[in-house]
Amino acid sequence: MGRRIAIGIYAVLILLPLTMVLLTSVKTLEQTFNNPLGIPIDEGLTFANYVNIFREETMFGYFINSSVVTLSSVSLTLLLSCMIAYGIVRLGNWLGNILFVLFTLGMMVPAQVSMVPLYDLILTLGLTNSLLGLILVNIAVTMPVAVFILTGFMKTLPKELFEASTIDGATNWTTFVRIVIPLSLPSISATAIFLFVMHWNDLLYPLLFVTDNAYKTLPLALLDFQGQYETNYPMLFTGVIIASLPMVLAYVLLQRYFVAGMTAGSVKG
Amino acid sequence: MKVSKSIYLFFIPGLILYSIFFLYPTLSAFFYSFTNWDGISDAFNFIGFDNYVRAFTGDTIFLTAVENNLKFMLFVVIFQTLFALVFAIFLVKNTKLNVFWRALFFFPTILSSVSVAFIWMFMYDANIGLINTVFGAVGLGFLQQNWIGDTSIAIYSLAFTQVWFHAGQMLIIFVAGLHSIPEDLYEVAKIEGATKWQTFRKVTWPLLAPSATIVIAYTTIQSFKAFDLVFAMTRGGPNYSTEIIATYIYEIAFRNYNFGYASAISVIFMFIIALITFLQFKALRSNRVSY
Repeated sequence: MGRRIAIGIYAVLILLPLTMVLLTSVKTLEQTFNNPLGIPIDEGLTFANYVNIFREETMFGYFINSSVVTLSSVSLTLLLSCMIAYGIVRLGNWLGNILFVLFTLGMMVPAQVSMVPLYDLILTLGLTNSLLGLILVNIAVTMPVAVFILTGFMKTLPKELFEASTIDGATNWTTFVRIVIPLSLPSISATAIFLFVMHWNDLLYPLLFVTDNAYKTLPLALLDFQGQYETNYPMLFTGVIIASLPMVLAYVLLQRYFVAGMTAGSVKG
Repeated sequence: MKVSKSIYLFFIPGLILYSIFFLYPTLSAFFYSFTNWDGISDAFNFIGFDNYVRAFTGDTIFLTAVENNLKFMLFVVIFQTLFALVFAIFLVKNTKLNVFWRALFFFPTILSSVSVAFIWMFMYDANIGLINTVFGAVGLGFLQQNWIGDTSIAIYSLAFTQVWFHAGQMLIIFVAGLHSIPEDLYEVAKIEGATKWQTFRKVTWPLLAPSATIVIAYTTIQSFKAFDLVFAMTRGGPNYSTEIIATYIYEIAFRNYNFGYASAISVIFMFIIALITFLQFKALRSNRVSY
């Protein structure tokens, strides 16, 4: 009984704020201030916020920027990390161990530690206000956790597989592409989801490197809405919904993989 | 069997990116921490340990940020861990309904910090926020607070938001941990006539230690890195009451243009995290048992 009540309270605690987001996004500012929690039955709900946000803001642009940065960062981090993990497992000696420590060291260092020199570096390289700058930094920063998860998985693959493949005359690259990648797919997909969530939601690097609207990603654009719309919650929440939509849809469809991926990634630290 | 030399090529692209965009900036944080560089001009001087001395003796805001960060961390670690553990025990069986609850409680984890910040700014809003409105409506008006505007409670309001944000993720880790405990231990406990509490104390808790280690270590690190959430919600205000180390580094570097000093604080930050991680692993390791 107590258990059910507790679960019920937790469910309300999660659902209530989310419901408020949905509800507020279809109310006017005036309705929100006069009756923040109410449903305007007489006046009806409005979708004006959704129309306005696309009219006033370059939402499509932010959306595309976020998609380009996220997709490129995730796929490149995965490719490079798989190669490194495979290299570490194939070497299997002291050098492999040293490289493993070197690459996973980054998990211990919070991103904020290097933000000052990193900003200077990006400025020097002329990569401010560019998606490429964001992608390169994203790869370097998430590589440690990806290498950590993928190496852990690839270590469990039977060594005989690699050796048999080599005897058959396959190069390291062929073995990697034909055998290691297909067999590691469960671990790769878990890592991919973890990276997706991280890169899609990242605020710090766009905040540091991007000032031009043409290169802003969704989280940074949202943050700017705050300066622009202040406590215009209907507009802010409309932004929140649009920015979260891809993740929410993916979560509903691939829920099982999400949970697996996000917990694999949480071993980080 | 000898591996072909071409295996070294697999490291090259990753190593180049990692060196340029991670190792180099992290190491140069150490270098800049001994300078008075402003981040703009080409010239700077080496000033020895001055930045470090300043942080610990002449900068009350830094000490406030450390204190706030510790408050935030303690609140989050204690409540998030307890909360996640209790609900993991409640939802441990893989019934359809429990799987649904777990998925719902996990949901906030996939949102961006900025989104979560906006949601809770609305919840906490002193005038139109849901919390104060509900308190007002049920005659508990005296409980109304300026949740993120009052310097004495703002940091805890942010910590609560962090728990809302990530408890579901920790719950899942605990569920996985609980599933790894062999069923027969519970049967033995039952036959021996152990109470629920005794079973928890002697079976569940000790065998859950590895998951607890992960949860607590991860939560700790996460609460130090809560830059996005704090920055979006309060930017460290009002009056530095929610300033944490990460937001303070940002402020010194990009508002005050004192890159040298910001680097010194970054280095201190790194050592604080390393120290806490080390102590936790030591404490939790010594707790481990196996049957």
